Amino acid sequence: MTSSQLFNITTIAYFAAMILFLAYLVTRSPKVGLIATLIAWAGFAANSGAILTRWLEARALGFDQAPLSNLYESIVFFAWSILLFYLLIDLRYRQRSLGAFVLPFAFFGMVWAQFGLNDAIEPLVPALQSNWLTYHVITCFLGYAGFAVACGASIMYLLVAGKDGQKPSGILALFPDSRILDDINYKAIMIGFPLLTLGIVTGAAWANYAWGTYWSWDPKETWSLIVWFIYAAFLHARFTRGWVGRRAAWLSIAGFAATIFCYLGVNLVLSGLHSYGG
Amino acid sequence: MNSKQPTFFQVIWDFFCSLKLTIITLILLALTSIIGTVIQQNRSQQEYLELYGKKLYDLFETLQFFSMYQSWWFLGLLTVISLNLIACSIKRFPRVWKTVTVPLLVADEGHYKSLTNGGELRSPLAPREALRRLTDTLGRRFATAKITEQDGKIHLYAEKGAWSRFGVYVTHLSILVVFAGAIIGNIWGFKAYVNIEEGTSTDKVWVQGMREPLLLGFSLRCDDFAVTYYDGTNRPREFMSILDVVDGGREVISDRKIVVNDPLSYKGITFYQSSYGPAGNATLKIRVKVRDTGEIIDISAREGEHVPLPGGGSFAVTGYTNSYERFGPAIQMHVNTPDGQHGNPFIVLQNFAGFDEKRGGTYSFTLLDYAQKEYTGLQVKKDPGVWVVWLGCLLMIVGSIAAFSFSHRRIWVTVEERGSGSIIRLGGNAHRNQPAFALFFDDLSRDLGTELDA
Repeated sequence: MTSSQLFNITTIAYFAAMILFLAYLVTRSPKVGLIATLIAWAGFAANSGAILTRWLEARALGFDQAPLSNLYESIVFFAWSILLFYLLIDLRYRQRSLGAFVLPFAFFGMVWAQFGLNDAIEPLVPALQSNWLTYHVITCFLGYAGFAVACGASIMYLLVAGKDGQKPSGILALFPDSRILDDINYKAIMIGFPLLTLGIVTGAAWANYAWGTYWSWDPKETWSLIVWFIYAAFLHARFTRGWVGRRAAWLSIAGFAATIFCYLGVNLVLSGLHSYGG
Repeated sequence: MNSKQPTFFQVIWDFFCSLKLTIITLILLALTSIIGTVIQQNRSQQEYLELYGKKLYDLFETLQFFSMYQSWWFLGLLTVISLNLIACSIKRFPRVWKTVTVPLLVADEGHYKSLTNGGELRSPLAPREALRRLTDTLGRRFATAKITEQDGKIHLYAEKGAWSRFGVYVTHLSILVVFAGAIIGNIWGFKAYVNIEEGTSTDKVWVQGMREPLLLGFSLRCDDFAVTYYDGTNRPREFMSILDVVDGGREVISDRKIVVNDPLSYKGITFYQSSYGPAGNATLKIRVKVRDTGEIIDISAREGEHVPLPGGGSFAVTGYTNSYERFGPAIQMHVNTPDGQHGNPFIVLQNFAGFDEKRGGTYSFTLLDYAQKEYTGLQVKKDPGVWVVWLGCLLMIVGSIAAFSFSHRRIWVTVEERGSGSIIRLGGNAHRNQPAFALFFDDLSRDLGTELDA
């Protein structure tokens, strides 16, 4: 099977899982939740296979490069990271309703990659020919995935929180306890934050090796630091009176919005050194 | 003097010890950093005036928005966050040190009341038996407990991850270390550039913003510069320079190839491949055939120069490309009549030797060789602070993993005889991520209860 067929299967699986997670919220049938989770696993397997196949396809063309070289490849890797993170959280917490708020990030990413982006395998420009590329991209995206899951949990938290006194009704009845959502939010960020730190550090190390400056206030670098500042504020908010709960959830959502801007907005709107926007 | 009135120093100290200050400063840093990504930094005055107009320009200039990351207010924010984390660390560290090294083994009523997680269990079992079961379960589910007997009560204390309390101080320290590294680099390092023509050498480089060049103390020669392309495309594969270092009359590094991701370092100074360009005019070897006489002459010419031809005319080469359409290297040239009139320009292809004969002029031309000398543009950098920065980064990663992924969890249990059975007091806390601990504590309390009932 070719990588593009596998990517199609991935997208379809994420779509099906997303719809089923939404159906789970409405039907409240554990069976639907289980099927949704199994399909998410299948999609994750297809996504993994697709990335691996694409790697081999690039090798067959004579390009010795990891499949992380352009926007298309980074998006499908982002979707993969989100699923990895989500499925690990699912194993630990078994809160199926979270899927309805996390899967859309992966699904819409895949749709955009497949319909809007150039999926040709092209050789790397000289500036990207370095092993640092792999370490840098993997650490950054695993961090971003953590923030995506945290953002999903925060949105749910804001929907549930404040209604703790009364018995939740309708769809909210299936939502996890606000304590659990808060915990998922925090856990995802405390894993994501060191990964982002590592991503910034590997980026700095690479920049220093290739250009002789570990930090040049390029828009991408600056935005990654903005993301870092926001999550640093979030982590301190956790143990500051008056900043726990809703404000922390808003910080988490703002952090993910900044993450997305750092990842995509900088390339689409601003100019700088990270040139894979094409 | 009223002792309750805080002193000026006390007020300042409390201000810098506040966590709210941390959050506000971090959010301010995040928000203000956006400015420098929207307004391009360190451009010329003219560019800014064209873009923003006089009024906005003056405002931005006053606010130092054009080099905002070096502005007094941005550095001020960084100073505030540094003082904030130093003050917080100094204030909290001694207590944390004591908590870790001298744990509280016996919890009294007041301590239990201060804990966020607590509970009470009753059991018909005698205190000894209850203690045995509790110790077992705690050991299995959490950690081995220390047992202290005091005032007829038995106290259990168990803890996990005490060392993680230091993670936050390592992380805070790491930020200061990174700043220190950046300051060292700013004071004792430099950033410069130099262009070296192929076949020549230099011993000076140009530092940004300085009029005089900086002497390297050794010299650097460029033997060759080349660009290679991916087969059949115009996508560059590699920019490459071959460099030699001559120090004290001796060639200490020979034929070192540098490419974009692989620089050359010598005596703490690093040279990075950064740009290239043509150096002077290209040299061409051209064969001229005079149609009437069949005479053939080979001429060596420079691009742009007028070269005399037999019979009084002249020619000049005005352009070169290494790929014309799909026909390979080509030059553009024209012939001048003896009285100096320019003829129409035409193309001569290197790979098709007889091609120009078909044009049917007085002369026909063949391109034998084209040589363009190039210069390599190198970025030159010395940064003695960079290792300090890496040390800071390492501390930051280790520290933040310790701080955020682990927490110091403590559980106290007091067993007391009550009638024929026992009454058991439970309490616990975690220094971080309390919600998760609360879930764990509820779970554990339930388990302990079940164990006592069994």
